[in-house]
Amino acid sequence: MGISLLSLLIWLPIFSGVLVIFIGNDRANIARWVSLILSILIFVISLSLYTSFDSSTHLMQFVEKSSWISQFNINYHIGVDGISVPLIILTTFSTILVIIAGWEVVTKRCSHYMAAFLMMEGLIIGVFSSLDAILFYVFWEASLIPMLLIIGIWGGVNRVYASIKFFLYTFLGSVFMLLSIIYMYNKGGSFAIIDMHNLKLSFTEQSYIFWAFFMAFAVKVPMFPMHTWLPDAHVQAPTGGSVILAAIMLKMGGYGFFRFSLPIIPDASLEFSEIIIILSLISIVYIGFIALVQRDIKKLIAYSSISHMGFVTLGIFTLFLSYKQDIIEGSLLGLEGAMVQMISHGFISAAMFLVVGVLYDRLHSREISTYGGVINTMPKFTGFVILFAMANVGLPGTSGFVGEFMVILGAIQANIWYGVLSASTLIIGAAYTLWMVKRVFFGVITNPAVSMLKDINVREFSILAVLAIVVLVIGLYPQPVIELMHISIEHLLHQALTSKL
Amino acid sequence: MNNFIKFDTSSLWVVLPEIFLLSAIVVILLLDLFLNKYSQQVTYYLTQLSLLITGLLAFNLIDHSQVIIFSGSFILDNMASVFKVFMMVATMIAMVYSRHYLRAHLLFRSEYFILVLLSILGMMVMVSGYSLLTLYLGLEILSLSLYALIAIAHERVYAIEAALKYFILGAIASALLLYGMSMIYGISGSLNINEIANFVSNTDLTSRKTLIINFGLVFLVIGIAFKLGSVPFHMWVPDVYQGAPTSVTLFISTVPKIAAISILIRILVNGLGSMHSYWSDLFMVLSILSITLGSVVALVQTNIKRMLAYSTISHVGFIMLGFVTGTLTGYSAAIFYTLVYILMSLAAFGMIILLNKQGFEVDQISDFKGLSKHSPWFALMMLIVMLSMAGIPPLLGFYSKFFILQQIVSSGFITIAIFAVIFAVISTYYYLQIIKFMYFDEIDNNITINASMDMQLVLSMNAILILVVGLFPDFLIQLVLSLF
Repeated sequence: MGISLLSLLIWLPIFSGVLVIFIGNDRANIARWVSLILSILIFVISLSLYTSFDSSTHLMQFVEKSSWISQFNINYHIGVDGISVPLIILTTFSTILVIIAGWEVVTKRCSHYMAAFLMMEGLIIGVFSSLDAILFYVFWEASLIPMLLIIGIWGGVNRVYASIKFFLYTFLGSVFMLLSIIYMYNKGGSFAIIDMHNLKLSFTEQSYIFWAFFMAFAVKVPMFPMHTWLPDAHVQAPTGGSVILAAIMLKMGGYGFFRFSLPIIPDASLEFSEIIIILSLISIVYIGFIALVQRDIKKLIAYSSISHMGFVTLGIFTLFLSYKQDIIEGSLLGLEGAMVQMISHGFISAAMFLVVGVLYDRLHSREISTYGGVINTMPKFTGFVILFAMANVGLPGTSGFVGEFMVILGAIQANIWYGVLSASTLIIGAAYTLWMVKRVFFGVITNPAVSMLKDINVREFSILAVLAIVVLVIGLYPQPVIELMHISIEHLLHQALTSKL
Repeated sequence: MNNFIKFDTSSLWVVLPEIFLLSAIVVILLLDLFLNKYSQQVTYYLTQLSLLITGLLAFNLIDHSQVIIFSGSFILDNMASVFKVFMMVATMIAMVYSRHYLRAHLLFRSEYFILVLLSILGMMVMVSGYSLLTLYLGLEILSLSLYALIAIAHERVYAIEAALKYFILGAIASALLLYGMSMIYGISGSLNINEIANFVSNTDLTSRKTLIINFGLVFLVIGIAFKLGSVPFHMWVPDVYQGAPTSVTLFISTVPKIAAISILIRILVNGLGSMHSYWSDLFMVLSILSITLGSVVALVQTNIKRMLAYSTISHVGFIMLGFVTGTLTGYSAAIFYTLVYILMSLAAFGMIILLNKQGFEVDQISDFKGLSKHSPWFALMMLIVMLSMAGIPPLLGFYSKFFILQQIVSSGFITIAIFAVIFAVISTYYYLQIIKFMYFDEIDNNITINASMDMQLVLSMNAILILVVGLFPDFLIQLVLSLF
């Protein structure tokens, strides 16, 4: 493929979005088809990124670089490695799902809805492929704008509160990242992320930068105690918004830890790893218990998302624990587990939110108590739900198992108690997921509206079927995903364990 | 030493833009006498034409090497020329917006345009002033025109109140400035910026003379802070912004900022540059107070003009931070911020004016309710402007904040930078509030837009410029860096 493959992946969605806006809301059907065709095209292009990617090197590939703001030596510098490629493909894949999922459901300003998702796709791909810190920051912040509008315009009753909270929370987190980036520029004279990887920083500097980055990334992931925006945002967002939020936007936080925190400030990461691990464990266990008592299905899944993302941060930071005990194997396991967990959570959470969307479109309620006995009227749908619920629990054979298993294994090697605590999520997760499934789908029909439900149509069936296949394939044969990122992760591990002092 | 202004006709080309504008004002004023009420459009078009020609004349002088004429009281340098061109462009845009407003509220009088042109003349003198006297002269031409401009809607009580307030406080500020100037003159024996600079840099900063210089300096800083509208000398800003007719508010909030910045640069940077460590502390306090008060008080406003007034105060705080750094790049950052702010403020007030209808004054934030439904295009434009003011990339407002922050951090004021970004986040809330009214609210006002095509076109271009220059900011940054 030509050298402009990555630029195409960033700008094609953005310009598609502009095109779709100009199609207008009056010609909603054309807007839908154009968005679908373009998003599939973008997905195909992103697949060619995978096929022509050379996974035997950790170096950045498909690199493009041209001067952007010469005064500060800021460049339009993009490129991908094994960590970004899977996330980019996840992004392009999820966008197709979202566009199909909003097909008949979104009637209000349909073309704007599609356009917002297409633009966000381009901006998020930009985040995952920026090699210049300011370019990264620009994409990072810009991706908040479409999400703000998606939650605010197409959201639920309390959408204004949720959208503004979402925006301010994440914005507050990231301005500190901006300051530390500026600080490092003043020190090293370059905004290139790779130059920052090699920048010598004293321990005090590293600690400040660590917490600044932590503010930005932990809010995004989100980690306890900075997670409170997420349930609000998820509950109020339209189905598509929730899917993108859970499947991709949360991954931006994890990606930030991979790309910034570990290689730039290894010593501070080592020093504070214990705190992050404890916060992750609180996310996993405590938030799991909170999920257990939710009455709102969407809120339950939102909390379960936080709990599962806890594995990502746990996996990332256990590497330092293993390192202290000279278990290199364990550190690699944790990091790769975190990465696999991000990908797998992308698919599973997307599926779970789509499932809620299917129910919500029919009865306009997210309360668990509204439902009961759905299996009697929607057998095909329930079949899918049970598969995804199992994947959410982490049943072997589904993608949910692979990542969590790797992280737990890494954690047990590092510290048996951490391992035990993180493994407890298998029970808590099973409890909240399966109990929810039991109350919503099984039992006798108590609500007469449920007895009138129609089973999923072809559109819904096809989305869920594709997701089911992906979840199973990654669960049964995760090797291609792991191979794709292996060398890059090894290199990252090497960077994270090399002291800068 | 020759204290008389020597008149050398061979150097008159330097003041060609000013001479042209002055003649144009006289011609338009006379012509206007013979125009009947229905052909007053002619005044408008002549105004635009003279602004255009003045701008071109000033543009012609860009990149000319520095010339100081009239016995050192008038300077032509790159900064002056660029500022003048920018002032003309901004005023032309402002006049397009003004016309819609004046028509809608039956305020269309030719005096309006004459007064605007006069104030521009004053600002051009300020921008090129190189002696304390010229600077003060320019300031007074500007201020007197503005007082009258605010009171042009003399049947409105608020406008009269605003004009009086602006007049009284402006007079106090001018007096303070004059007092400061007299002290500097008294100790240095010269009004000329260059000679003052030489005197100050040759003065032993531990000697007793420093006390008087310092005394004068404080008054000068207060006078300039008054004109810029920074806390604690900001009292007039909200009242004037709210009370003045929106088109006048639009004008006051934009173009005179360039003049205020240039008087600041001429006196404090060019003249008292070696006293930087003395005045930068004052600036630090002023900017911290401005950012805090501007961001917090704007949160509770319901009147959009008042809200933008407080937002201006907080932007002014950011601009002044650029002067705290004491580096030329820092000053460039402040100029960059000013130019960007003017572009954004033009568009923001332009949007308010756009919604004005025959006899219907738009000044509440809630007047924007449902705009996205009735005019998705202009809602999008307002979205761009508001997010840019909040400093969200990739819009232009981000780069101005970024530039200032980068300079602040590199000068070692990291705590101030942290403070500034926290308040930047707080201020985002009220910009989001407008987006909320435009996009998220179900109830709507049934807005109709009946502005003329040229207004709609210029406003759209103005907002799109914020996005496009945001994507490619290199040119503008290079431009402001070349000013020193």
